[in-house]
Amino acid sequence: MAEKKAVGNKAADNKKAAVKAPAKGGIFSSRNFKGDIITIAVLVIAYFIISNLKLSSLMTGLLVPVCVYIIMAMSLNLTVGILGELSLGHAGFMCVGAFTGVIFSRLIQSAAMPELLKFILSILVATVVGAVFGIIIGIPVLRLNGDYLAIVTLAFGEIIKALLNNLYVGKTADGSIEMNMSGFKNVTDSAGKFVSGPLGLTKIPKYATFEIAVVMVVLVYIICSHFIHSRDGRAVMAIRDNRIAAESVGINITKYKMIAFVLSSAMAGAAGCLYAHNYATLQAVKFDYNKSILILVFVVLGGIGNIKGSIVSAIILTLLPELLRGIGNYRMLIYSILLIVIMLINWSPKSRVVVQRLGAKIKGIFVKEKAAV
Amino acid sequence: MAYIDIKHLGITFGGLKAVDDFNLEIKKGELYGLIGPNGAGKTTVFNMLTGVYKPNTGSIVLDGRDITGMKTIDINKAGVARTFQNIRLFKELTVLENVEVALHNKYKYSTFSGIFRLPSFYKVEKQMKERSEELLKVFGLEDAKDFKASNLPYGQQRKLEIARALATDPKLLLLDEPAAGMNPNETAELMETISLIREKFGVTILLIEHDMKLVAGICEAVTVLNFGRVLAQGETAKVLKDPEVVKAYIGD
Repeated sequence: MAEKKAVGNKAADNKKAAVKAPAKGGIFSSRNFKGDIITIAVLVIAYFIISNLKLSSLMTGLLVPVCVYIIMAMSLNLTVGILGELSLGHAGFMCVGAFTGVIFSRLIQSAAMPELLKFILSILVATVVGAVFGIIIGIPVLRLNGDYLAIVTLAFGEIIKALLNNLYVGKTADGSIEMNMSGFKNVTDSAGKFVSGPLGLTKIPKYATFEIAVVMVVLVYIICSHFIHSRDGRAVMAIRDNRIAAESVGINITKYKMIAFVLSSAMAGAAGCLYAHNYATLQAVKFDYNKSILILVFVVLGGIGNIKGSIVSAIILTLLPELLRGIGNYRMLIYSILLIVIMLINWSPKSRVVVQRLGAKIKGIFVKEKAAV
Repeated sequence: MAYIDIKHLGITFGGLKAVDDFNLEIKKGELYGLIGPNGAGKTTVFNMLTGVYKPNTGSIVLDGRDITGMKTIDINKAGVARTFQNIRLFKELTVLENVEVALHNKYKYSTFSGIFRLPSFYKVEKQMKERSEELLKVFGLEDAKDFKASNLPYGQQRKLEIARALATDPKLLLLDEPAAGMNPNETAELMETISLIREKFGVTILLIEHDMKLVAGICEAVTVLNFGRVLAQGETAKVLKDPEVVKAYIGD
């Protein structure tokens, strides 16, 4: 009885809340559509502003990585925010995508094709490979309920890193492919060495440009947003909110968990490929546990389940450590304090109310302006 | 043969016979009540009917089709939908989306056309939205359709759960304590709603309830469970006067 009473009280509280915080856009309400258009417009405008600015070489070097982290954050948000499962090895998918993407682009490097086409092809290959690894991990793990995905992806990230750190892939003089875990025997020409164990990827063609990166960000954003606001996305969120109820209305739990997870890992593969083609060399150890956690931090601070928030937090949190370089050793101190502050603003109920009110006020200003016009 | 025919249904958890030799026949379009003291096994019967538990013995036949031991989603597709004793809505989704999720198997388009917004997406989404709004209207929830489900008042959450169950177009609707936690006014309103959906959707309803007024008011027949066994069965008015039933509820 006491329990029922508590539920009743909660309902009363909710009633109050319902008056204050209504309408989280329906599918066809212009809100989702409007939001998408606004987000894409902001991204495009930002692109034009940035590409016309005179940036320091440090900042120019950061442009593509920032885009990569935006994509990674959005794709991880699909797993963590929309599917509601924790993935601690997202860098593993990125790593797989980076390595297969580069090996493929090195293989077709001499082919008579425009550079852009070669790059698009290798991104596609990386996407597919990312998806395949998503399926391999998803089939056994997504049937289970609980935190198993976190454990398995954590292990996956480490295993992939260790494997690729010992992998040798190269092309011999007569054109055959050599691949093993113990060092080159037949490949002598350094130009034929694609992956050289701990040295990692070498002589990567520098295909990645800021333009391509921005296009990919926009594409991934559209895919995420469209997926969430579709029949499949609703099914995935229903599973997240209540698995038993979702099952009772006839939703195939494993299938929709798989779709969301594979989509997420495929996009991580594509991001890895983009990331790798921004450098001349890249080692597997770069894709370690810290990188997975870093991306998870972007997602948590941008708001779990909030794709736009992921974009903002990925930009700020990638640029912040670089901008703070000037203050030397205090950099990480300030960075961590900022993380805590953002987290408090994001997740404490009181600050949420304040933020909501501020949001409503800002909205009020715009609406008034419109009315005046 | 009855529309819903349950024979010798039984399940044991460890050494405990939670439900034993449970028989039930429901006619098409009937409103049937399942009552009994706490722990009698009523919800366990529901869980077996919806495939959450697999019965150890017995059979369940729905409209001539044996659905014993099938998976939950297949049983739902075969035409059984339910609500839950403790409300299980999709909290973060809107009221409209909650119903749309339940239309999942009735209106389809591929993942691909969802992501790339092919014409089939717009067409099917429009149908889904119209059908959902129609359903919400029946329950008077059309004004709340853009609210988050968790922001609805308690009574409306119960109604939304029923709306969601009905969206799967069931032959048999299972309501697990629909009036739990409701005040007398809300209960009266709920009774009207239940009668209304029976007429409007032609659905057969089996409900678990502790509120005797509601059971006496709308159920045509009831089965009383006690300690996992059927204590009495038949016309509501007669059964509720049965001294055995009174004894089980109130004690000696």
